Amino acid sequence: MQNRPIARIGAKILTPPLMLFALYVQFHGDLGPGGGFQAGVIFAVGFILYALLFGLERARRAVPPGLLLPLAALGVLIYAGTGVAGLLLGGSYLDYNVLAHEPHHGQHLGIFLVELGVGLTVSSIMTTLFFCFAGRGR
Amino acid sequence: MTLLAHLPPLQMVLPLMAGPVCLLLGRPRLCAVWALAVAGACLAIALTLLGQILDTGVISYHVGGWEPPWGIELRLDALSGLMLSLVSAIAVVVLLYAPASVRHEIPADRQGLFYTLFLLNLAGLLGMCTTGDAFNLFVFLEISSLSTYTLVSLGRGRSALRAAYVYLVLGTVGATFYVIGLGLLYMITGTLNMVDLAQHLVNADNPRTLLVGAGFVVVGLSIKLALFPLHKWLPGAYTHAPSVVSAFMAATGTKVALYVLLRLAFTVLAPSFSALHLPHPVTVEGMALILGLTGMISASVSAFLQTDLKRMLAYSSVAQIGLMVAGAALLTPTSVTGSLVHLINHAVLKATVFLALGGVLMRLGSVRLEDLAGAGRRLPLTMGAFLLGALSLVGIPGTAGFIGKWTLLLAALEQDRWGVAVLIGAGSLLTLAYVWRVVEVAWLRPAPAQAARVPEIPLSMLVPLGVVGVANLVFGVYTAPTLGLARAASTALLGGATP
Repeated sequence: MQNRPIARIGAKILTPPLMLFALYVQFHGDLGPGGGFQAGVIFAVGFILYALLFGLERARRAVPPGLLLPLAALGVLIYAGTGVAGLLLGGSYLDYNVLAHEPHHGQHLGIFLVELGVGLTVSSIMTTLFFCFAGRGR
Repeated sequence: MTLLAHLPPLQMVLPLMAGPVCLLLGRPRLCAVWALAVAGACLAIALTLLGQILDTGVISYHVGGWEPPWGIELRLDALSGLMLSLVSAIAVVVLLYAPASVRHEIPADRQGLFYTLFLLNLAGLLGMCTTGDAFNLFVFLEISSLSTYTLVSLGRGRSALRAAYVYLVLGTVGATFYVIGLGLLYMITGTLNMVDLAQHLVNADNPRTLLVGAGFVVVGLSIKLALFPLHKWLPGAYTHAPSVVSAFMAATGTKVALYVLLRLAFTVLAPSFSALHLPHPVTVEGMALILGLTGMISASVSAFLQTDLKRMLAYSSVAQIGLMVAGAALLTPTSVTGSLVHLINHAVLKATVFLALGGVLMRLGSVRLEDLAGAGRRLPLTMGAFLLGALSLVGIPGTAGFIGKWTLLLAALEQDRWGVAVLIGAGSLLTLAYVWRVVEVAWLRPAPAQAARVPEIPLSMLVPLGVVGVANLVFGVYTAPTLGLARAASTALLGGATP
């Protein structure tokens, strides 16, 4: 695909809004449709599109594979850690009410952190899966 | 609230968080120590919880502060406490044994991954035993299953990949059936909390949906616990997985699936089924009894025909699971107690024999019967532990395996079910037959002349192996803890739900 200028320029134009849209879906997820999973997938699509058009090597330089697994682990830790934080602050496990000075803000913060963890894990796992399949037989 | 009140969620959150941390640690040695520490903490939590349950009764924990049935409830009774303690104790033993064996069997770049997956698997198993929410249970079932598929694929050679793939396909079918069934039950009741589900199902006015839903749930779980004739994934997976994985799977994986089946059958489904007055001549428990006993006999015969010892023991697991299901299907307090005590003791003895085979594989390079001539004299301690486990498997009086079989035999005789009693005895004789083949080759046949002297397995493997080996004798003589716990658990299970 390297010698197809329309596809390459199209992808170049498309990638930033794609990632911006992923962030919108991520942060708007607690108010409207969306959330961490969907956002993570859309965000990963940005990298996958880049890899499809510019080759695996350049994509690997943009997102070092060594970084992806730790990021995926970090996402799970953020999710479970939010639960433990609620527990340590005097509520039960995954109780968001106690995370902030009043329950409403607490719920907001709690779901924000949990979705952040989900988004992080899903986008890094999607990218890892793509790299695994694309890198087969090399 | 003190930290003590938060032990139910911490029980599964601890290994769930420790798994990803393992991935960040990276170095296998560090991961091994970390995983062992976490499993030790899990065991401490499990034993504390068990103590609390036996003192004060059922523990109910509301995740996120949401009241059940809206929120997820963690619900722990004596049976859950028993399972949690059993699973964490086996995890500690296996992780003590693991480092040396893993270094020998798994490539260096994947050893860190092994510990990560092991902890995730532990989290899934412990979660299944804590939760009181049927859908939450599915999530944990998938966590443990997905990690197990990957653990199996870490085995040596391409056959491990194939076995893992077969297991993946069948396991996914099982999980999907479970969700379909649960969806149908949810359609009737609108709730997923187990206790609430049971209450609503009794008043359900749509018996056909209930029947189909229950059918899907039971068949799905039967695949997971490898009930005959849905056991075809198990021999391959146990044979080709790394030794430690086989030991852990055989001792805990199918046992927890059996726990889930018993929990759902007795707590959720039994009240509504007895209210239904099914017109069919074949009852659910009758079917479970027939499948369990047929499985026990046919899998024992298959075990007799194997030449790979791991595969032989895998078939023997299918047989013993059949026995446990058949025992529970007799529906009396004695029979359920017998099933549960056999579940505990079988976990201990299968851990013993699989861990011993891990040592044999490490030193002799094979666990095929024809390569084991004289193995009993070449590796006296390892094969001694194997013999202890194997005798326990047969059910020789004085070993742990005897207690469960004896209780089940008594339960069958109590009800004048002579046929069942005879079949249990026949199963034991078949077990003796296939165990004797190993004894004959390993002890009575001389080692081949050109066989090199091999050292015993390292102490780090020998000690945990010895612990489970001796546990077979301890639980065979000193039965108060196991039998007492099983009795308390069967009361918890049968309480309220009359068959």
